[in-house]
Amino acid sequence: MGALADAWAWLTTGANWAGQNGVWNRLGEHLYLSAVCLALACAIALPVALYLGHIGRGGALAVNLSNGGRAVPTLAVLVLLTLTPLGKHGDLPTIIALVLFAVPPLLTNAYIGMREVDAAVVEAARGMGMSGRQLFGRVELPLAYPLIATGLRSAGVQVVATATLAAMAGGGGLGRVITAGFNTYNTPQVVAGAVLVAALALLVEGVLVAAGRLLDPVRRRTVATSAGPGTGLRTGAGAEVRTGAEAAVEPKAV
Amino acid sequence: MSAESCLAANDWICGTYVRTRSQELVDATVEHVGITVASVVLGLLVAFPLALLARRRGGLAGPVLGLTSVLYTVPSLAMFSLLMPVFGVSVAVVVTGLALYSLTVLVRNILAGLDAVPDEAREAARGMGYGPGRLLFEVELPLALPALLGGIRIAAVSTIALTTVGAIVGYGGLGTLILEGLDSYFKAQVLTASVICVVLAVVADVLLLGAQRLLTPWARVRAREGS
Repeated sequence: MGALADAWAWLTTGANWAGQNGVWNRLGEHLYLSAVCLALACAIALPVALYLGHIGRGGALAVNLSNGGRAVPTLAVLVLLTLTPLGKHGDLPTIIALVLFAVPPLLTNAYIGMREVDAAVVEAARGMGMSGRQLFGRVELPLAYPLIATGLRSAGVQVVATATLAAMAGGGGLGRVITAGFNTYNTPQVVAGAVLVAALALLVEGVLVAAGRLLDPVRRRTVATSAGPGTGLRTGAGAEVRTGAEAAVEPKAV
Repeated sequence: MSAESCLAANDWICGTYVRTRSQELVDATVEHVGITVASVVLGLLVAFPLALLARRRGGLAGPVLGLTSVLYTVPSLAMFSLLMPVFGVSVAVVVTGLALYSLTVLVRNILAGLDAVPDEAREAARGMGYGPGRLLFEVELPLALPALLGGIRIAAVSTIALTTVGAIVGYGGLGTLILEGLDSYFKAQVLTASVICVVLAVVADVLLLGAQRLLTPWARVRAREGS
């Protein structure tokens, strides 16, 4: 466990946290890029997925996109973008790659979430005289929420991981701590950087899971009327679909 | 003439590059496939007993799935960096890291497949005098095969893409060519290696889908009856 002790020594050295190549600056770059790109990806993917799910079209697109996303190596996309003229514009290749890889999990999960809403519930809502917009906002969206949250969590982890890889293609972020360590044969720095990156990824996942639970529109009612028929609609059919969809949909974050 | 100049002009697509460096490309592809196969096989060898253990002791299922999900969340660059002090700069770093990633999908799918075996089938086998071992290998596993193969498919395709990151320790198959191409600003090398990578993933996907169809002909019959 000497490697971990050395890494700990590296992490507790104040000088390693300061300056342009220091941990604070790299962490700031990482968080900034991740947050901007996740927001951009949501702005692109969610409206498309929710609309397609509402009208019930484009399922093949949503599913193939996530399968395709899994087959394309992130490193290849980052390096290819860096070699194009876009590479001369600072962080632009990283931003494009981050958004590209965050869109599939968001799009696919939100689409499947909308499609998995029980047809009988939709029928009943229509029968009550709900308009398309009311149906979307009051029935489909709350019932699709768990999968939308799953997509967001998956995309968040993906973005953090992709931002790490960006360092291999010359971008900034915490991955730089690792690649700089490799370049100078500084193993303690490599391990310390890896610990930081892993901790950040787990933290982001934890925060997104907690936020997803807190914001769940149905959960609040679930607590009040534990196991009422309304919640059964989702936890019954939805839970099964969710585990299946997670196994099938979620691509491995780089 | 123009074929020669595509190297000098640093074009994205260059036949001369593919011809003159074909050996290098073949070697990298072989390494890439080797790392992927070794990782998924190692992942299967570990996932199998883990899934059986998790199923036998219900209390272990949560922790096992939780631990594999935590591993899955760790970005690959960090995973390889953390394994480097353990194995040194070697191919074992990449294979171990990728095998750990494939565990998540494999354990989850094996468990889901075994859970989906109808109780009637189990009862019938027991009634016919099948012991636990025979029940597992002759009844439950064949019935769990579609889920297992589905898991292998996902694991294989994402492992092919992730193998490229192994370039950080010099064992990334085609990823090593991609990273070298970045350093030397060699566009044809980067694009060619990237395209081969995607083709490998698609071929693996199609082959495993074919295997799934061949090995589970009953699934197709059921799907047709269902629709």
